[in-house]
Amino acid sequence: MAYAAKLIDYFENPRCAGEIENADAVAQVSNPVCGDVMKLWLKIELDKIVDAKFKAQGCSAAIATSSYATEMIIGMNMKQARAITKENIADALGGLPGSKMHCSVLACDAIREALKGFA
Amino acid sequence: MLPVFTEAYGNPSSIHWYGQHAKALLDEARAQVARLIHAETSEIVFVSGGTEADNLAIRGIAESQKARGRHIITTKIEHHAVLHTCKDLEKQGYEVTWLGVSSAGLVDPEEVRRAIRPDTILISVMHANNEIGTIQPIEEIGQIAETADVYFHSDGVQSTGKIPVDVKKLKVDLYSISAHKIHGPKGVGALFIRKGTALKPQLTGGGHERSRRSGTENVPGIVGFGVAAKMANEGLTSEMPRVKELRDRLESGLKKHIELIHVNAENAPRLPNTSNIMVDFAEGEGLVISLDLKGIAVSTGSACSSGSLEPSHVLTAIGKTPDEAHGSLRFSLNSMNTAEDVDYVVEVLPRIVERLRELSPYYKRA
Repeated sequence: MAYAAKLIDYFENPRCAGEIENADAVAQVSNPVCGDVMKLWLKIELDKIVDAKFKAQGCSAAIATSSYATEMIIGMNMKQARAITKENIADALGGLPGSKMHCSVLACDAIREALKGFA
Repeated sequence: MLPVFTEAYGNPSSIHWYGQHAKALLDEARAQVARLIHAETSEIVFVSGGTEADNLAIRGIAESQKARGRHIITTKIEHHAVLHTCKDLEKQGYEVTWLGVSSAGLVDPEEVRRAIRPDTILISVMHANNEIGTIQPIEEIGQIAETADVYFHSDGVQSTGKIPVDVKKLKVDLYSISAHKIHGPKGVGALFIRKGTALKPQLTGGGHERSRRSGTENVPGIVGFGVAAKMANEGLTSEMPRVKELRDRLESGLKKHIELIHVNAENAPRLPNTSNIMVDFAEGEGLVISLDLKGIAVSTGSACSSGSLEPSHVLTAIGKTPDEAHGSLRFSLNSMNTAEDVDYVVEVLPRIVERLRELSPYYKRA
């Protein structure tokens, strides 16, 4: 499978990997079809995501898209974060093969799930 | 192979000198392939590869025997060339019994015996599995098939050249081989068809290959196949024991340096070159990509690596959950590998696994 160099970079050197102690929001989502899983920790001040970290177990695309999305939402307000689509993430990493599009859904679902309790 | 493109480019069916020269090369290759599996030269039919060999064997028998019955026995761990061919025949009104395997990946010959019915026309059981390398009790199943007077096909694509194969001892009527699995060219294979086997050809035309498979032979490919067969035959005693040592060195090295890994079918009779390993808390596609970036080429049974997002049917059949198959890796070694190659993998993979586990929300360091 030919991945773009940017995706491979985020897979090999994931940004924002880890956990946040005393996080304001935590969500874990998994893909029942392939078994990939992503966990997301958020630090929120007022309406703004001020820090985010992730962990993921899954294919290279799942890890890269999780990392990229986590990095992307830092500094965003909730509305902006909720508006992110799987296409946004995939396109930013040079595109994904059709069968792999489900992987980046993990990040979108994780963001929405984590922000569920917030207005 | 190259001189066959530039000098010996005649059509082996032609009676002029160019044709007869090509025919002589074809005959020599046929003898070399026959020798590798202890067949008669007249029993070797050249085809385009393992997939065509399996199709010709199964469809050929199904069509020639349909007046006698429409029941076929096979297993759940066959290569897709057998699996999908049998599924296609199911749609055409044939009945297929799909035998399971033990957790070690082995078919029980007694189950084969019990599955035989008066309308059974074919038993197809692979000699060695392509994912986990287990070697099936083909000789015992062959004896059962012979006693029951049922045609017996075995897909020998993985086993040929890796372990000794004697089609007479195995009592197979049909045996599939592929050139590129023994370092030959791609796009060439052969089907062994025991003398007297009633088989309906799947390609009709000029009556090539004793009317078993029409179409002008791929002479350059076949010549390459012949040379590969000769070398594989010699390598059975000189190279394969060394390959097995390398495989064992790989497995013990990885087990020593990585916690929570398992070798599939570890204690079953296995091909000397195959190793299927499951790594907990890491996903196979990510492992494959990481190894690839280090110059190591392996494959995985993870759903994430297949277009269908289905986990390996073989790992599923030996009782592994999709989660377990998620972290599987298949190493295929060959006679060109060295101890340095193996040691390099043992050095590189633990770090990759560690890195991916650090990212896993499930993994807790012991």
